[in-house]
Amino acid sequence: MNALSSRIESTPLLKVDGLTKWYGHILGCRDVSFDMRAGEVLGIVGESGSGKTTLLNCVSGKLPPSAGSIQFETSRFGMSDIYAMSEPDRRRMQREDWGFVHQNPRDGLRMRVSGGANVAEPMMSLGGRHYGKMRQATIDWLERVEFDTGRIDDRPANFSGGMQQRIQVARNLIHGPKLVFMDEPTGGLDVSVQARLLDLLRELVRDLRLAVMIVTHDMAVARLMADRLMVMKSGQVVETGLTDQVLDDPQHPYTQILVSSVLQI
Amino acid sequence: MSVQTGSNNAPERYYNYAYLDEQTKRMIRRAILKALAIPGYQVPFGSREMPVPYGWGTGGIQLTAAIVGPDDVYKCIDQGADDTTNAVSIRQFFAKVADVETTEDTSEATIIQSRHRVPEKPLKAGQVMVLQVPQPEPLRFLEPRETETRAMHAYEEYGLQYVALYERVARVGRINAGAGHPVMVEERYLMSPSPIPAFDNPKLGFSEAIYLLGAGREKRIYAVPPYTRVRSLDFEDHPFAVQTWDENCALCGADDAYLDEVVLDDQGAKMYVCSDSHHCAERREAGHVGPMAGHQLAQAEKEPAQ
Amino acid sequence: MSEIHPPLIIVEGLAKTFVLHNADSAQIPVFKGLSLEVGPGECIVLAGASGVGKSSLMRSIYGNYLPTAGSVRVLHDGAYVDITTADPHQVLEVRRRTLGYVSQFLRVIPRISTLQLVMEPLLENGVAVEEARERAERLLSDLKLPQAHWDLPPATFSGGEQQRVNIARSFIREYPVMLLDEPTASLDAENRAIVVQLIRQALARGAAMIGIFHDEDVRDAVATTLFPVADFRVAA
Repeated sequence: MNALSSRIESTPLLKVDGLTKWYGHILGCRDVSFDMRAGEVLGIVGESGSGKTTLLNCVSGKLPPSAGSIQFETSRFGMSDIYAMSEPDRRRMQREDWGFVHQNPRDGLRMRVSGGANVAEPMMSLGGRHYGKMRQATIDWLERVEFDTGRIDDRPANFSGGMQQRIQVARNLIHGPKLVFMDEPTGGLDVSVQARLLDLLRELVRDLRLAVMIVTHDMAVARLMADRLMVMKSGQVVETGLTDQVLDDPQHPYTQILVSSVLQI
Repeated sequence: MSVQTGSNNAPERYYNYAYLDEQTKRMIRRAILKALAIPGYQVPFGSREMPVPYGWGTGGIQLTAAIVGPDDVYKCIDQGADDTTNAVSIRQFFAKVADVETTEDTSEATIIQSRHRVPEKPLKAGQVMVLQVPQPEPLRFLEPRETETRAMHAYEEYGLQYVALYERVARVGRINAGAGHPVMVEERYLMSPSPIPAFDNPKLGFSEAIYLLGAGREKRIYAVPPYTRVRSLDFEDHPFAVQTWDENCALCGADDAYLDEVVLDDQGAKMYVCSDSHHCAERREAGHVGPMAGHQLAQAEKEPAQ
Repeated sequence: MSEIHPPLIIVEGLAKTFVLHNADSAQIPVFKGLSLEVGPGECIVLAGASGVGKSSLMRSIYGNYLPTAGSVRVLHDGAYVDITTADPHQVLEVRRRTLGYVSQFLRVIPRISTLQLVMEPLLENGVAVEEARERAERLLSDLKLPQAHWDLPPATFSGGEQQRVNIARSFIREYPVMLLDEPTASLDAENRAIVVQLIRQALARGAAMIGIFHDEDVRDAVATTLFPVADFRVAA
């Protein structure tokens, strides 16, 4: 086997350094630093209010941090501080290089146009002007996320939660991003649908060599998806390491509680 | 054609000339100048309460009030017709408050205010076309946040508009399914040409006349100056095309005008007639005859507008 | 063997103590000062009664547990990588290509077919789909898993069948170093013999192995050395 076929690349794709976010006098997250590489899935776990989503929003360019830097290996400008880029450059980079899968599909989909148009939008945002080609690419992607292509022209409101998430996944992968943010991507789904979707995500991540930053409070999701975990508590990272090491031999008191609190069936 | 002579209403006029106060007209003129300087850009303005409800042309009325003078000749149409209630009322309004001559003749008018149509007769230098706009933001249907649509215009992020076109092609199989087909002005600003039919879109490009568009409720003014490139959006494999009809105008026989479908009875009988009433009447006067010439509809149009 | 081969694993001064922060920071020492080396073709079997720390040692070597002291060096791409201090990316890389782990339990991923599961380690290493399928099918036949099961997810299989899927998944990669944590626990005599065969084949191609086998037949059949974990046990 040659070393080049490694799923995780050796150079960093994302470098976060000393990231701190204050909401007035309330702490969102404090002094968070980490690297991510292409092909790597980083899980952020912790209870509600631990700063997971604040961290995700800061890193994904939605929420300027109070301090610290976020550098990303952009297609257009190489390694750049995303908040030092001009706004149009940053927005363009977000369209070209990133994806964002929301927990609630209503936050990530345009509910007034069809599922197909939702999936095709990133192509048009990047200059696609040939209907037939975009239609075909949309159909190909809907098949890839195991979505009934016969319903391509239906509105998202008429889809089940699992179908909406499949549309969201296709919409966020069709343009070939380098990094995809996921905020509890299977959070609102029932267990059987959740398992199928997680499976699908795992496959896509491997096939596309995607880097994924996934926020979840579900330890099973973390174990299935993530190569590495960061455990957050009260806005700070309390433990980080290989997923199975963090879950099977947690070192920090909080992580020990978190892991031992998972209900067994 | 019938030209009404403007009367001098000054002694009995309770309002300032052209209804709006002078400072308001200045404000609107400044917005117009900026709109002309940046073709297609939506200039916010302090829209005033007008004596008609929003949606009845308050944007167009304010534009007209700001540019009209006693020497102007004013035409007002609604869906191409000079004789509809709204058109007649607005025409009377300006005859009263601006002492302006009114006309139905497109070539005589210096200011043509319109809801949803551009006259068939090509406009000339010196004419100003004022269009009433309900929703100036073409992206609004898909992006409800004003902060976001402003950023999209600023950074020319117009991919979203194609999502609307994609949806149209997916649903009805063609790209222009009606009115308000979005255009790119000078390849810079995306613009909604008010809900004029796609048929009229090509008239906006390289026109000799000035196009002013005003949205009273949404408080936006924008413009297309003369000789400006205006391109209707389309896909490579679904090019933009204007509507065509198998029929000719039943009254004047025109085969190149925008036609309205008129239902004649509850048995399904119908006829197609020019939407532009003055254009049709002028053609009939010149001797053009359609298959249903002499129909009572043509008689009704002979009555002078009030 | 005529030439001297360097060991593939060198464990030095390894210690593991669990600290239960939520139980008055209770300290549970497992072992300390533990050292061992495994060369190519060697199979060191960890011996000792249940609870002596065999699995903890195995997991510490794999990087699944974080040792309290000491080092675990694995020969990877011609250089030693210390699993206890390497960054996670490197550990994953070592696990992907050098260090295999066969546990007692199959951690099933819902919905994925048996064949797909067995092919996965090859696909992750860039082997073409056709070749991966061929090799997976051959191994599953060798392990006498009924062909009717191949397209089913193993979640509903019997313990023995799941165990064989697990073994197939681990042996298909031909890892240079393998950790075997009771791989034959729930197998019948016939299947145990097949697994012994697989282990011997792996040793013959120069793999280094550390194993835990409760079954004495299997242990005797594959062990080159017995390693008494109890000697390094720390009195609690």
